[in-house]
Amino acid sequence: MASLLDVENLKTYFKTEYGLVKAADGVSFNVNQGEIIGLVGESGCGKSVSILSLMQLIQSPGEIIDGKIMLDGQDLRKYKSNGPEMRAIRGGKMTMIFQEPMTSLNPVLTICRQITESLELHLNMDRLAARGRAIELLKMVGVPDAATRIDDYPHQFSGGMRQRVMIAMALSCNPMIIFADEPTTAVDVTTQAQLLELMKDLVTRQNTALVIVTHNLGVVARYAQRIYVMYAGRIIESGLSEDIFGHPRHPYTIGLLHSVPRLGERHGTRKLIPIDGMPPDLINMPPTCAFLPRCTYKVERCQKEPWPALRAVGDQHYISCYVDIREK
Amino acid sequence: MNAPQNNLMVEVKNLKMYFPITRGLLRHHVADVKAVDDISFEIKKHETLGLVGESGCGKTTTGRCILRLYNPTSGNIFFAGNDISTIPERKVKPLRSQMGAIFQDPFGSLNPRQTAGSIVGDPLKVHNMAAGSELEDRVTELFHLVGLDPSMRDRVPHEFSGGQRQRIGVARALACSPALVICDEPISALDVSIQAQIINLLEELQGRLGLTYLFIAHDLAVVQHISDRVAVMYLGRIMELTTSEELYENPLHPYTRALLSAIPIPDPIAEKTRMRIVLKGEVPSPVNPPPGCHFHPRCSMAIPECSAARPPLRDIGNGHFVACIRV
Repeated sequence: MASLLDVENLKTYFKTEYGLVKAADGVSFNVNQGEIIGLVGESGCGKSVSILSLMQLIQSPGEIIDGKIMLDGQDLRKYKSNGPEMRAIRGGKMTMIFQEPMTSLNPVLTICRQITESLELHLNMDRLAARGRAIELLKMVGVPDAATRIDDYPHQFSGGMRQRVMIAMALSCNPMIIFADEPTTAVDVTTQAQLLELMKDLVTRQNTALVIVTHNLGVVARYAQRIYVMYAGRIIESGLSEDIFGHPRHPYTIGLLHSVPRLGERHGTRKLIPIDGMPPDLINMPPTCAFLPRCTYKVERCQKEPWPALRAVGDQHYISCYVDIREK
Repeated sequence: MNAPQNNLMVEVKNLKMYFPITRGLLRHHVADVKAVDDISFEIKKHETLGLVGESGCGKTTTGRCILRLYNPTSGNIFFAGNDISTIPERKVKPLRSQMGAIFQDPFGSLNPRQTAGSIVGDPLKVHNMAAGSELEDRVTELFHLVGLDPSMRDRVPHEFSGGQRQRIGVARALACSPALVICDEPISALDVSIQAQIINLLEELQGRLGLTYLFIAHDLAVVQHISDRVAVMYLGRIMELTTSEELYENPLHPYTRALLSAIPIPDPIAEKTRMRIVLKGEVPSPVNPPPGCHFHPRCSMAIPECSAARPPLRDIGNGHFVACIRV
């Protein structure tokens, strides 16, 4: 499998009046063609900022300070965020599904207009052809009665249906990669199951890569081949899905997996082991590991040396930790 | 009217809560949102009853009816043996000192201009249960109880993290030493690594203070972890009610099964072998619910009889209740 997207040492900082916020601080990852990737972390860990940086949608006071972003052989850092090259890539080769289908659709445009806009822009379709394709897309994502509903406005759709429209929009120009930022957080579990199955089927059929950004470990377990776990602006563990969930090696990942209740556990048999403390403030971060104050495995070295770089601990399995915990 | 058994904290009988929809200048009554549509259940003393369902299923409305924040359309609610569903407003206030409530949003449910100490102490003042140094002592005690440093009592909510704010919410709920605490989605607004802290705190407090919980949440894994028994709601009605273990090991209602299978498990190996029931369509509107069983249009087991009459919630043995004619 050829690497489709290569991100190296991405740094996106926000200059605020309180100090420098290092939202993404040296994020590196790669996505292969047709692969499903999970990017997991709690709120404020920099997962959304990383994705928005790739799309070059970071606005002032945020700025991409450093890093290399290679998509399909093109160096995206060379392009201006509002230049013609980036505008062709954004929405064409890379698309995005946002968390809030309510706020990410334009309330005063019909669904038809919102889907056909990118078809006309990127694929040079005329209005009629674009409309036909839009109806096809809506049928594909399971919107019933697509031919008439296409002229409806977003408020006439339910939350789940709106998210289906977002998926149709993301798929409309046959992108190479789709970023889904918390795609199912705003919907109910049974709708979440419908949407995830739908996204998986569609990307598999079109051989499109999919990056699912989420805080819910369960969501990615079923679909993602590889997982990246982020904490305080950095990737702290990455590996194959089976390894991350079966043999996590970073104290934070281990902590996360222990702290969520699992379905089917007999009531009262296991006390949850929470991670003490709280996520760090990203302003004025210490040079040492950001997880240090909450870590139960820390050794003396952790206090003295800077945040460790990712190192291999197995086949495709990397952790950023001085301590190697072998669970099981 | 008195409820016969005294080991019950709450007994809900045929509770209905309809919200009228009015139209026009004269506010003609045109329809009802049937948020809670004739449900009955009990909460035993010292147990945790979980109430689970998707958004709009009526779980929060049920909790609010028990707190008498709503006046039920019909039905009875017995609290510690007394019917509280129709008592006048002035008698409701003393009742609320025996019930605590923890809300979902630790940002919206705390007054941003009030100090943490005064938030926690407020219920005591309202119910004239403490004043002066006695009040201060009790607030200190409550801070300790929920794992907060009492020296932070003069801070305002925004100076606390989400987890700490929810601890303030818990302390406030426990201020008057209530017997029953209604926990309405107490952890869903919190970060994953913080959720477990609050779940453990609630479990610990229950053991120490002998509390009874009604735990309302949409996350079945969390509900199952904390609850002794779980009621599954769908569109204003209870579909299944049984113990936590039984619900997972032997779910009978087709909706419960679909709900269980839709919940992702953080284990890729188990996930790949697990059967997934993906429901068709969406939850209908509670204004115009389908006839008969509310779930039948989305049910894979539905037969014509399902749309004819409402299936009663019947006991199929060992306190396992299910509202389905197909099981």
